[in-house]
Amino acid sequence: MLNIHLILFLVFGAIALAGAINLLVQRHPINSALSLIAVMAALAGEYLLLGAEFVAAVQVIVYAGAIMVLFVFVIMLLNAGVEEETKGSRVAILFGIPGMLIGSLLVAWVVLRHAGTEAVPAGVWAANVSQTSAQQVPGSPETIGPLLFREFLLPFEITSILILIAIMGAVVLASKPAGQSGGPPQKVQD
Amino acid sequence: MNQSLHLWLIPVLPLAGAAINGFLGKKSSRTAVSTIGLFFSGAAFASALWVALHFSSLQLPYQEYVAHWIRSGSFSVDFAFYLDQLSLVMLLVVTGVGFLIHIYSVGYMWDDPGYYRFFSYLNLFMFFMLTLVLANNYLLMFIGWEGVGLASYLLIGFWFTKDSAASAGKKAFIVNRIGDFGFLIGLFLIIQNFKSLNFDHVFEQVQPLGLETSAGLLTAIGILLMVGACGKSAQIPLYVWLPDAMEGPTPVSALIHAATMVTAGVYMVSRSHLIFERAPIALTVVAVTGTLTAFFAATIGITQTDIKKVLAYSTVSQLGYMFIACGVGAFSAGIFHLMTHAFFKGLLFLGAGSVIHAVGGEQDMRKMGGLKTYIPMTFIVMLIATAAIAGIPPLAGFWSKDEILWKAWEANPAYWAVGAITAFITSFYMFRLLFLTFWGDYKGIKVDDHGQAHAAHGHGDHGHGEPHESPWVMLGPLVVLAVLSLVGGLVGIHNGFEHFLEPVFGSEFPKAIAEPGNTEWLLMGVSVLFSIAGLILAYVLYVSKPYLPQKIAGSLNGFYEAVLNKYYVDELYAKIFVKPLIDGSTNILWQGVDRKVIDDTVNNAAAGARHVSDEVRHMQSGNLRSYAGWISAGAAIVIAYMIWLGMGR
Amino acid sequence: MVPLSYYLVLSGILFACGVAGFLIKRNIITIFMSIELMLNGVNLSFVAFAAHWHVLAGQIFVFFVMVVAAAEAAVGLAIIIAVYRTRETLNVDQVNLLKL
Repeated sequence: MLNIHLILFLVFGAIALAGAINLLVQRHPINSALSLIAVMAALAGEYLLLGAEFVAAVQVIVYAGAIMVLFVFVIMLLNAGVEEETKGSRVAILFGIPGMLIGSLLVAWVVLRHAGTEAVPAGVWAANVSQTSAQQVPGSPETIGPLLFREFLLPFEITSILILIAIMGAVVLASKPAGQSGGPPQKVQD
Repeated sequence: MNQSLHLWLIPVLPLAGAAINGFLGKKSSRTAVSTIGLFFSGAAFASALWVALHFSSLQLPYQEYVAHWIRSGSFSVDFAFYLDQLSLVMLLVVTGVGFLIHIYSVGYMWDDPGYYRFFSYLNLFMFFMLTLVLANNYLLMFIGWEGVGLASYLLIGFWFTKDSAASAGKKAFIVNRIGDFGFLIGLFLIIQNFKSLNFDHVFEQVQPLGLETSAGLLTAIGILLMVGACGKSAQIPLYVWLPDAMEGPTPVSALIHAATMVTAGVYMVSRSHLIFERAPIALTVVAVTGTLTAFFAATIGITQTDIKKVLAYSTVSQLGYMFIACGVGAFSAGIFHLMTHAFFKGLLFLGAGSVIHAVGGEQDMRKMGGLKTYIPMTFIVMLIATAAIAGIPPLAGFWSKDEILWKAWEANPAYWAVGAITAFITSFYMFRLLFLTFWGDYKGIKVDDHGQAHAAHGHGDHGHGEPHESPWVMLGPLVVLAVLSLVGGLVGIHNGFEHFLEPVFGSEFPKAIAEPGNTEWLLMGVSVLFSIAGLILAYVLYVSKPYLPQKIAGSLNGFYEAVLNKYYVDELYAKIFVKPLIDGSTNILWQGVDRKVIDDTVNNAAAGARHVSDEVRHMQSGNLRSYAGWISAGAAIVIAYMIWLGMGR
Repeated sequence: MVPLSYYLVLSGILFACGVAGFLIKRNIITIFMSIELMLNGVNLSFVAFAAHWHVLAGQIFVFFVMVVAAAEAAVGLAIIIAVYRTRETLNVDQVNLLKL
């Protein structure tokens, strides 16, 4: 049945798909990056449709707004140009693509065969299967917050340490070696 | 009960000497090495004398148990020693002659760089020989048997850097082993049927058995034991190693290949006399083998030109005599001849060593001659020894050889006939040796020619002018042995020796120990006649008419060549046995099995691993995308598998 | 309502595009972005299941996935910069010193 949910799902899905395919097709990495931002934005819309407000917001803020910006920074920093045509790996083309195609087709087939067409029911949401409490909006900060700081406290703390380590690692890796000046080597463009 | 004689000391003392010289001798002075060697072999001899002194007060047979060895169910074998008249005779001969030869070697081997090794091996040999002689069971005897074979190999190949010496050592050991194979099968038969290897137990069980008129168990055992004896005592067909064994130093030839080791076969057959006496077929085999060998070897001895080779064939021939004696049941006569043979053959070899030393290493008799003026002492003792072996009364050889010929006549005149002819031939070629070496003019090199010194001599070259006499350390033992050759046979008068050994060999099948009758005097006369005939013939051919031998050899051309080349027996063996074995080993076992099967399997496994890895390493291309490709392919497979797993539901 | 399977199919297609990009592209940064695309596809799947089974743990998991993706992107890009400094190329086929 055609309802607003389905239409919105299809719209966002189409945008996401178009962005993904564009990412594959474009030769300049900056175009691919911008396509990816489009994909993420579309996905944020999908999340909203599924009732995950918090996740959608985080998606836009963190993923599209921070990670992708970082990507764009690096692309511009390194002055990445149009991709060159080099002889790649036979394995990647021979085994990888068919493998991926087959895998995805299989998954799609299974999913469509077994998953059925039950709709997502509205109703009672719970933190996990054993808990039941009445929540109004499933994925709002009020519901996610307590979960995050109670049942999932340990992973939360560990990921914060992970980020700390990542920061340190990134700084160390990307810093200039001692005695060098300037930025990355420049391609002569004039 | 007997007091303990500490028999075990007798073999162990030389073993100690061998160990000390072997481990410490390299850094020690020659005096120290000689002292150790002489002390321990002398101590063994002294112990043997002491045992002999106390012999009459013993209750015989005397057995001394030293240690456990094998206890397997009902089968047990121990380290234990056995003493009776037979072992006593062997003991005295081995230690006595051995000690004399040790003394001789001090002088003979003085300049050899392997001095300490020589004495170590010599003492080692004494240990094994004494173990063989004193053992109370076949297995311990077999240890001694093998051990003397080992010592023989070590000593023959003493100058191992020389190819011929090394090969001769190998040949001796291998041919011995062939005989040992027969010996072992005989032992297995004994174990199987008599459940023991102890002399006591075995002979107890053999005693009540009757004569085997057709081939049976005892015949089989007897023949197999004889095969072993053929190997060790150089009878047909396993005698080929003995002439080659002359590559070793002369004291070795004297001790091992004349006086003691080669007589081990005779001792073993005599020890097993109870078995042989009940198996007439085996006895016949023994006698026939002995007869043939005696004659055969003597004919070869006529033509040889190397002084040591003549003596080697003479040894084979005399051993044949001992086996004739055993084969006709006259075991004590065989042992008697063993004893006298040790005296005069040892003397002959040591004298030959003295001659070789005198002429600076030359061993070819045609290059000697006229030495009786240069080395008179050596000449006198060699004369005594030659007379002894030729059977000239009243020297030792006459008594023992005559005893054998008489007993042979009583058994079968054919044995006597061959034996008598062989005696003639023996006398002939021994006097030939004497005349060629000591009569006539000296044909050797007189000038100072160092390069001529034969490596086989092992004696440093002095600045030779003329042949010179040996030092007293070498002449002393010669004199002692000469005396023994003179008087040693007298124990045979009135069958004294036979009476002495009667407790050992007496049985229900007695050969009559009778006083000499008319037949015996007649036979005695005939053999003396033959001996003198040989002497005269040799004198004629080599002293008065020295051109004759060449003419005779020329007229007998082909036959002479055959005899000169030892009837081509070695070549025959090489063609029939050795070559196929070597070819088979080379082509089948080496090229086929070792190279193709074993090596190739391993190599192909390795090559296969390499090929596989050559293919697989393409995975490690360093290319990120190919890695990604492999990962996604693998992931697809896993996903497909999981889906397939879940399909059932 | 939109059936769950639709979301899953979309998620699967996005994931497949990510893998394809990972295999086809030669620019290292683009490859990295394909990885991010894969992660997004998976995130969609998580959220869809969370909605289907009414379990919030799925969304929490998405949160963590994003955190890890951020960390990984930071470090990965730092590595890319470091590699670019030495090899002066962003073409992944030319960084093959580990070739056997």
